[in-house]
Amino acid sequence: MDTYKRPSQLFRNMSAKIASIPMVMTALVIFVGCTVWTITYSFTGSRLLPKLKWVGMKQYDRLFDTNRWVISIDNIIIYGICSLILSLTIGFILAALLDRKIRFENTFRSIFLYPFALSFIVTGLVWQWILNPQFGIQHVVREAGFLSFSFAPLQSNEYVIFGVLIAGIWQGSGLIMALMLAGLRGIDEDIWKATRIDGIPLWKTYIVVIIPMMRPVFVTALVLIASGIVRVYDLIVAQTNGGPGISSEVPAKYVYDKMFLSQNLGQGFAASTVMLLTVLVILIPWAYLEFGGRKQNG
Amino acid sequence: MRLKLLAAALAASISAPAYATDIEVTHWWTSGGEAAAVKVFADAFDATGNKWVDGAIAGGGGTARPVIISRIIGGEPMGATMLNHGRQAEELVEAGLMLDLTEIATKEGWRDIVHPVSLLDSCTVDGKIYCVPVNIHSWQWLWLSHKAYKDAGVDVPKNWDEFVAAAPALEKAGIVPLAMGQQAWQTNGAFSVLTVGLGGQDLWTKINVDKDAAAAAGPEMARVFEAYGNARNLSKGSTVSDWNQATNMVITGKAGGQIMGDWAQGEFQVAGQVAGVDYTCLPGLGIQEIISTGGDAFYFPKTDDAEKTKAQLEMASMMLSKEVQVAFNLKKGSLPVRGDVDLAAANDCMKKGLAILASGKILPDGNQVLSADTQGQLEDLFVEFWNDTKITPEAAQANFAKIIGDAD
Repeated sequence: MDTYKRPSQLFRNMSAKIASIPMVMTALVIFVGCTVWTITYSFTGSRLLPKLKWVGMKQYDRLFDTNRWVISIDNIIIYGICSLILSLTIGFILAALLDRKIRFENTFRSIFLYPFALSFIVTGLVWQWILNPQFGIQHVVREAGFLSFSFAPLQSNEYVIFGVLIAGIWQGSGLIMALMLAGLRGIDEDIWKATRIDGIPLWKTYIVVIIPMMRPVFVTALVLIASGIVRVYDLIVAQTNGGPGISSEVPAKYVYDKMFLSQNLGQGFAASTVMLLTVLVILIPWAYLEFGGRKQNG
Repeated sequence: MRLKLLAAALAASISAPAYATDIEVTHWWTSGGEAAAVKVFADAFDATGNKWVDGAIAGGGGTARPVIISRIIGGEPMGATMLNHGRQAEELVEAGLMLDLTEIATKEGWRDIVHPVSLLDSCTVDGKIYCVPVNIHSWQWLWLSHKAYKDAGVDVPKNWDEFVAAAPALEKAGIVPLAMGQQAWQTNGAFSVLTVGLGGQDLWTKINVDKDAAAAAGPEMARVFEAYGNARNLSKGSTVSDWNQATNMVITGKAGGQIMGDWAQGEFQVAGQVAGVDYTCLPGLGIQEIISTGGDAFYFPKTDDAEKTKAQLEMASMMLSKEVQVAFNLKKGSLPVRGDVDLAAANDCMKKGLAILASGKILPDGNQVLSADTQGQLEDLFVEFWNDTKITPEAAQANFAKIIGDAD
């Protein structure tokens, strides 16, 4: 009896642990390791090749002293807030309308979801043409007789980011609609019957009963939209290439341009570190509230 | 035993009869005239018994350069690659990734035949030569449309001041005085041309070579900025993006003129226009006949394969040979890097360029003196200025002086 030893905690569920080693290694080496590496080198004066030549906070000083970076941040904030609100609203409204058991539901669903099948590059080009004052919407309306009509957001310093936003929403809201529709379909038919018996108006049913029940779907949608916002790059490259001037630049494009076109790795690393920090500052408190809080309750 | 066999077979298949003399060449020459010029190189190289494997990368230098550099750094180098000589490959050379061409250069006397010799200096790091310059392109040209000025009823300007003075007449006739593509490198290039034309060679050198921030903030430079702000107003209505679209406005008479490098004349040629009859070219804005001598060069990444190294050296020597230089540059529309070749077939504008080159009024190119990083900052500055009329020339100059002060 004395020779019997309890198997160590370490060796419990051995096969499961072995199976997860590759993923753990990937996470550690690629995500954590590369992040640490990037942050370290953001304090160096690396140009084309990474070199450990310390320059302190110089890269960060220059970053926030650069007009283009400040404009990039402004743009991503405007784009982010608008696209978050509009994607969720439009996606939900479309889903709610489709859920009213309309005719040709399949057809409409395909039409709304179709843009999502296109890449951002195609989306960007298509909307560049639609918004082009010589061929697009402005031209069509003027042909129809409204000669003073003017609509050229991509040619305007102030409104260009909204031109990009239109394309982004057009592309992305279909997926959100599909998610929402799945969520709506998961709501028990009895709930609808109950609210009808209680005589609650339809709009109130949606807001007070249905939306709170769909919370997990909204969280999923939120994560999808938010990750789309942070990495918006290809849409800008295809639609405006940062122009006119530098008024539709975004942080991800700044990082790429500095690292690969300007051959200044240090500056690119500093910019991407700031991007990472910003995401963490938003993500950590939110994740804590969303996932950490529940444990204490239950 | 079987395992050993398998391993042997595998090893054999990897090191299978490699064609040691296949040289893959990467470049970003993809337009019609450029591709024809590349073919001159390819044919000449194939004639030496080796094989030119073409690795054209579409999308211009901005797209191609990162691909080329990451292949070299990533340990999968091509046999040879084009880059703009100067500081783009500086660190690759310092890291020992490029083949040293000094031996063949001394043997063939490159230092004596390359004109201007500054082109070879840009290939030289620590006294060793690492690249072959193949052509000269200059930025300092003002292209003018005869049709536009005829339509407006004024004479074709002979210099920048007359060009500015004639602008109101053009505007009245519904013609944009100055065509400008909205890409950053174009606005940056035009600024440099104005600096040389209005400020002169000394000022340009002080700022771009000596990185003198005081000169960049000084009153002479303020005049250049004022002229640049004025040029911005003259280009109102020119919303095109690519340089050749802007050139097309000049060709069709929709715009009076364009500040663009000598590669623009390929477009005039394709459109069947004749220099002096349909269009005029003014080097150095017609004020100071100076041209910069940037251009393209070929680098050869280092390999362990002796056969390959031999073929690389043969290619380097081929590119500088007399016949190839003439044939290549006529197709490319650029000037040859040798002073001792005869370009009888050149058109008027090319001849103007050759004459200036022979007279020695030349500058290095921006890519030779400024790092890619500084160039990127300047591009951001000027493209923003050009597109946002709320930014004053004074504010832009202050930023400009700061960038020059920080440049290395």
